[in-house]
Order: sequence, then C-alpha cells, then structure tokens
Amino acid sequence: MVATASSSKISKIVNARLLLDHKIVQDSYLWFQDGKIIHPQNLFFDQHRDADEIIDAKGALVVPGYLDIQINGGYGIDFADNEGSLEKIQDDINTVAKGLLQYGCTAFCPTVVSSAPEVYNKVLPLLNKRKGDAKKGSEILGAHIEGPFISHEKKGAHNQAIFRTGKNGICEFDEAYGPELMKGSEAVSIITVAPEIEGVIDVIPELAKRDICVSIGHSAATISEAETAVTKGATLITHLFNAMLPFHHRDPGMIGVLGAVDLPVPEDPLRHPAASNTSPYRNKPDPRPFYGLIVDGVHVHPNSVRIAYYAHPKGCVLVTDALSALGLPRGVYSLGGRDVEVDDNGAAYIKGTNTLAGSTITIDQSVRNFRNFTKCTMVEAIEAATLHPAQVLGISDRKGTLNPGGDADLLFLNDDLEIQRVFVYGEEVELHKNK
Amino acid sequence: MRLIIREDYDEVSSYVANYVKERINQFQPSAERPFVLGLPTGSSPIGTYKKLVELYKAGELSFGHVVTFNMDEYVGLPRDHPESYHSFMWNHLFKHVDIKPENVHILDGNAPDLDEECKKFEAEIARVGGIELFLGGIGPDGHIAFNEPGSSLTSRTRVKTLAYETIIANARFFDGDVSKVPKLALTVGVATVMDAREVCITITGAHKSIALAKCIEEGVNHMWTVSAIQMHPKGLVVCDEDATLELHVKTVKYFKSIEHVHHSLIGAENLSLQGGVKQLRVPAPNTARPATPLNGPYE
Repeated sequence: MVATASSSKISKIVNARLLLDHKIVQDSYLWFQDGKIIHPQNLFFDQHRDADEIIDAKGALVVPGYLDIQINGGYGIDFADNEGSLEKIQDDINTVAKGLLQYGCTAFCPTVVSSAPEVYNKVLPLLNKRKGDAKKGSEILGAHIEGPFISHEKKGAHNQAIFRTGKNGICEFDEAYGPELMKGSEAVSIITVAPEIEGVIDVIPELAKRDICVSIGHSAATISEAETAVTKGATLITHLFNAMLPFHHRDPGMIGVLGAVDLPVPEDPLRHPAASNTSPYRNKPDPRPFYGLIVDGVHVHPNSVRIAYYAHPKGCVLVTDALSALGLPRGVYSLGGRDVEVDDNGAAYIKGTNTLAGSTITIDQSVRNFRNFTKCTMVEAIEAATLHPAQVLGISDRKGTLNPGGDADLLFLNDDLEIQRVFVYGEEVELHKNK
Repeated sequence: MRLIIREDYDEVSSYVANYVKERINQFQPSAERPFVLGLPTGSSPIGTYKKLVELYKAGELSFGHVVTFNMDEYVGLPRDHPESYHSFMWNHLFKHVDIKPENVHILDGNAPDLDEECKKFEAEIARVGGIELFLGGIGPDGHIAFNEPGSSLTSRTRVKTLAYETIIANARFFDGDVSKVPKLALTVGVATVMDAREVCITITGAHKSIALAKCIEEGVNHMWTVSAIQMHPKGLVVCDEDATLELHVKTVKYFKSIEHVHHSLIGAENLSLQGGVKQLRVPAPNTARPATPLNGPYE
C-alpha cells in the first residue's frame, strides 16, 4: 500500500481497459503520483486527496510499458561498437533509448555481443542501470552480455576469435568483462553462456549470486547439459530455437528444456515463471526457465512459436534481438564489427551468407505478431513483453505490471495493439506520427 | 410509510438509484447547502451504487455537493483491509464519482477513543444540519446497520458487540476464520437513522421476507429494529416480489393499490417525489407513461 504524504499531483486515468492481475478490467481506474502507480484509497480518506488531473483514455487498453531484454541497438547504432569517444558512445546510447520509446519499449537491456575485454571496459559502464525519462529515453535495466563464453558451433553473428572458456572459474569471467561484472545486476542484468563450455556450469551459481540472470544460448548443449545448467541456476534460454541444436527426439537439446517439467521445483518464485496449465504444480512456480523468442516470423517459424508457447506459456519472453538496422531501411549495417545485410523483409544476414544476425523488428510489432501467430489472448501477448521479462530480471514489483508501487510506465493501445500513447514515470512521451 | 414493490433486485436498485438522483437534483445542492446522504454497506446496496455510478457517468447526477455519512465500520480492522467498509465504499462508489474527500464521513474503527469518535460523528451530522435521506438495507433478522435484535430503538452512534451469528456469517469474508472477524463495530443507532428527514430501506430476496413482514406488519419492536420505520414520517421501503413472500395478500394489495391510484387516477404530475399529493388537477387526456421506473404505473 502506497500512502505517502507527498503533496505532488495525483493523476487518474479514466475510461481505460486496464490490465490488472492477468485480466482486462473495465470499471477501474489507474492513479499515479511522483512517477509511481499508487493505491489512492488511503490518501482519499486520510488526507482528503483526490485526483488533480484526469486523463481520459477514451476506451484504450492501458497496459504496462514493454520491456525488451535483448536488443543490440538501432538507428545505425550498435551497443558493442566501441569506436569513437565516450561522449559519442553515450550519445548513441541515448539516441537508441529515446527511439525505443516510440515503440512502447519503456525499459530495455542493451545487448552486447561477444567482445574483447577492452570493449567491455569501455562500453559496459555506460550501460549501467538508468532511470527512464519521457524526454531522455527508455530505462536501461543493465546490460545483457552475450558471449564470449559461447560455442564455436553456434556462433551466430559473433566473432569467434574472441570466444573463451571458463576453465579458471569466475576469475575468467571477471577477466573477460572487467570490473563491471563485480557490480552485479547494477551493470549486467543478463549473461548468455553456453553450458557445455568448460568451466561454465560451475560459474552459473556464482553469477546468480551477483543477482545476474544466467541465460543459456549460443550453445550446442545436449538436453542433459542444458538441464544441469537450469538446476545450477540458469533461468532463461536466449532466443529459443536460434543458435542451438535443432530438436532431435532422442536428444532434444536445449529446446527439450521446454518439456522439462520434472526439474526440481524452485523454492522461491523470484525469477521463475508462474504456474501454467502445463506446469507440474498449480500452486508452485514452474521449474522450467523463461525463454526468449524472436517473433519476426523469420527467426522462428510461426509454428515453432506456437509449439513453444503451448508447451510453456508462462515462460515466454518476447525479445526483438534487434540490431543497428532497427528503424532504418534495407542496406548494410554493423553488428559487433561485422557487416550485416538487411533485406526487404527486415531480416538481417551476415553479409554474403544465410546466417541470421538479428532482427529489425520492434517490440510492439512482436507483441502483435505473437498474438496473430498463437491466437493467444491480448493479456497473454502483452504479458510476454511486460510481466515475463520483468520476472526474468526479478523486478516485477516495479516493472511489467500496473500494481500499486510500480513505476508508471504505461502504454495506451487500441484493439489491434497499436501504440496510441506512452508514459514513462507518469510523463507522457511525444510520439512521432510516422515512425 | 410507503412500500414500493418491484419485480427483482435489479429493478429495486434502479428505483432507489433514480430516487436518490431525483432527490439530489430536486434539492439543487450547493456548497453552502449540500445534500446530506446516509449510506449503507453490504450486499443490498451494491446494485444501487452501480446504478448511481452509471447515472454519474451519464452526466445525470453529481456528487460535488453531496455530504455522506456511513452507517458503520468494524473496530480494529485496518482502513485499507479489503473487507473494511472504507474499502467497500471506495470500491463501490467513491472512486467512481466526483465526491469530495472532505465530504465523506465514515466512522474510524481505529480511533484511539471509540466513544469520542461516535460522539464526534453525531456532532458532525448535527453540524451539517442532519441527514436529508438515509439509505439502508437490512439483515434477515431485521437489523439495520449493526443494530442487531434487541438494540434500543432510541440508540445513537456507539460501539457495538457483534452477535455471534453475525461473526459466523461474516467469517466467509475473512478466509472462513472466525478468529479473524472483528468482534466490535462502530454503528449509528436506530434513532440516528430515524432522525433523518427521510429513510429509504431496501429489502430484497426471499430470505428477507420474514424480516419484511415483521418490520411492517407487526408492532414496533426492538427485536426487529427496522420496524422503527413505522414511526417515521417519511419512511420508504423498496422491496422485490420475493421479499413479499411472507406478507399478507392484503398488505401487498394495499400498497400496490396506493401506487396504482397515484399513477392512474391522481396522475404523476400531481404527486411530489416523496409520495405526497401536491394538488389535484384533472389529468390530461393522454396520460403518457413516464419513462423512468420511478413514476411508472404499477403493472
């Protein structure tokens, strides 16, 4: 219950269809004050406070702002790009953060592909947690670092010359990423590792202790290696189906984790998916990890999206894995120092190959695609880009829901889930007509 | 006393909500002369509140100059507990409408001095010039607010110990755990309600039919506290057909005939809102049926 003595403005959203407690609620309202969603009942009775500002949603769906926990850049900018001055890199990050608000992405994990230590040392300090702002840009939730503890076999668009192993344990990680890793989730919120790489399995619990989400991906792991990683504390699969072994019925590989309902049930629900109708227990968290899905229709076939969603609905996290070409027309762009070609469908390939390097999809389009592909409810489509990613990061008390106490990052959507208005910490974002 | 019989809970709710709307609008309240409304909680008024919210949203009614007093509140329950009457009023009415927070009065069950709190409440009612219209519902035992059977009909606002049956019945709202149910409540007295210039009681459902019969067909009696309404100069009871189950045919026919005579023979245009006959003009040849169920002829 939030009952502050603050005298600042209370705003009340009326005529909205609110996403509250997994339901679309008609006859309710949303109040916020000082950038936080509040429950104003006590203010009303104790301090005789009423709303100072009424915002008419005109029947729009009002939902939490989208989170994107895997995005490499956009607007010609790549987060792993370390050329230029710190000011230039900072400006670039700001450009992307600002641009993302146009798509309703109010918080994100800037993703850095496998890089050399000097790159991490330069770039990671600029990607620390940073509060969102309607004018300055989307909130940074800490970086997602993909690699370099990943598999040569499943390198994707990464530069395998700098791949390494973890045979010296956590020291090797601290060496690879530098002092930022010591700051834990303040700087690094997610690390993608391949569990079969030497030493990686044993480092998972130590990374988890630093409050970092360990994700498995870019990996040729067998089902047993993948399951071991999950029991050791990995809570996410990086862009499911991509950069992993294809499903084989005798050894389903990492994809097989979707069926691993017999893994030990977590004691603490934090950072674990809630129970669904495919979970082993209805009143305990699901033992399976979350999984990121790129729903651009290219990286993952719509049928595969459906299979994953039906198998493990509450674990689904929509990610864009967008690269620097996001928001730009077809052409050749940079990803981790490599040339990437974007075709007319928005798919990005390593130049001259048919290896997919990332998408140019936006998070709001991902939500719409996901709903079209799976025919899931609006609530489930939206939660896959709000509640679920917030749970991955263990921040669902302030992001990804409209519960009192949370940040007032809000989207107004029409019935086709198109963005009408965006609020960050209660401040409205100016949307461009043609984005 | 008037008895208005409507088909079901929905029609009763509409009737009462429309009645409140008409009364407030006719009163033309202002900041200096607000309309003072007494309010109940419980299952009976939920439908009425819902209709009032609809009327507010349709722009037909404003609570801008309405002052409210609630009947009761549990002692010791946090204000923001989902079962508190503060929460009830917030969720069913106050959060939806334009009422001013300073115009809302609900007894504070967590006041350091409960007796003092009750005295203050009565004083506050007196300060605003008394209650214009008190809405109420009743329990199957005929209690109004927490004035359970045996409560004095001259009682004022006070601390009341809940009857064991009430605690058991309320346990369903507290995880079925009797120990979690508050044992005390602050409640207006029967006389506090009856002091209002008009009292409107809603009674619906077969399970309340005995209470209705006891309250309007038998003597004024503290075992059926709502029976005190018989002594009120402007009492209005609105019930549904199910609640008339235990009434004499004669009683039902009498009250229905009054409504019939009013509307078919005297004419709605000659009647005041509160049922009085203002004048007696010859009804116009075409007595069009009024649109609202409020003044609609009985069928």
